Amino acid sequence: MGETTPESSPRQLATEARDRVRFEEEALELSDQVYAVARRLTGSREEAEDLVQEAYARAFRAWRSFQPGTNLRAWLFRILTNLNIDRGRKIQRSPDTQPLEENDYFLYNRLEESSSGGDGTPDERKVVERLSQNEAVTALADLPHDFRDVVLLVDLADFTYSDAAQILDIPIGTVMSRLHRGRRMLKRSLAETAVEDGA
Amino acid sequence: MSGFAWDPCEKCEKMMQPYLDRVLTEEERLEAEEHLAGCSYCRKRYRFEEEFRQFVRLAVSEPMPPGLKAKLAALRTPL
Repeated sequence: MGETTPESSPRQLATEARDRVRFEEEALELSDQVYAVARRLTGSREEAEDLVQEAYARAFRAWRSFQPGTNLRAWLFRILTNLNIDRGRKIQRSPDTQPLEENDYFLYNRLEESSSGGDGTPDERKVVERLSQNEAVTALADLPHDFRDVVLLVDLADFTYSDAAQILDIPIGTVMSRLHRGRRMLKRSLAETAVEDGA
Repeated sequence: MSGFAWDPCEKCEKMMQPYLDRVLTEEERLEAEEHLAGCSYCRKRYRFEEEFRQFVRLAVSEPMPPGLKAKLAALRTPL
């Protein structure tokens, strides 16, 4: 990494300082999004704060390895997800061997079936209103980590499949299968609780 | 729904996730939209899915704690 040598001219130093400041400012602007994902990668607010601070400390140290003009957000999230793995998140058994035979309409179908008295089909928004926020947080936390990482990057942080693949260093086909499966697992556990609570 | 592979609603269901992720080809997208235009069963389920994604996103989003931004700014290299 191109450390500044003692021979660097004042002008080079000034340029470098300017680039660094810009890099740091752009990175800080993304901190809300980084925190939002970190919060769901970890079990508590404190852990999330630590993880984000560690990620920024590393990003600021490594700023020269970021290539201007490339995707800073993806670069930062890559640091975040790698650190999260390093900090020793529990290694899980290869997740979820039970079949997920349901298709993508099943959550709506389940909620529709269980909704009051069969007086026609319910409004989609009302159906969603029956889901609980806490249940969503729990269901997400219960996803196997590999699946949760992908769901968070695509559905919370709005990354494309290909960005998520680069961030997690996995093939794009794996992103797609984990995403689809992760979403279904999420829906299945929400459907179970919503039907129990609301029937 | 019947189990035939060419059941249009079944096909539409398979296209829902990639449709909402905007990764269908132009041709597939038009096919899905054509079916949705005439099928309230699928249309409801697509709308629900959109609402559901929005719900999950809001449900799991937590604002950054006050003070964290200042702590991050303090990690910058001093000039």
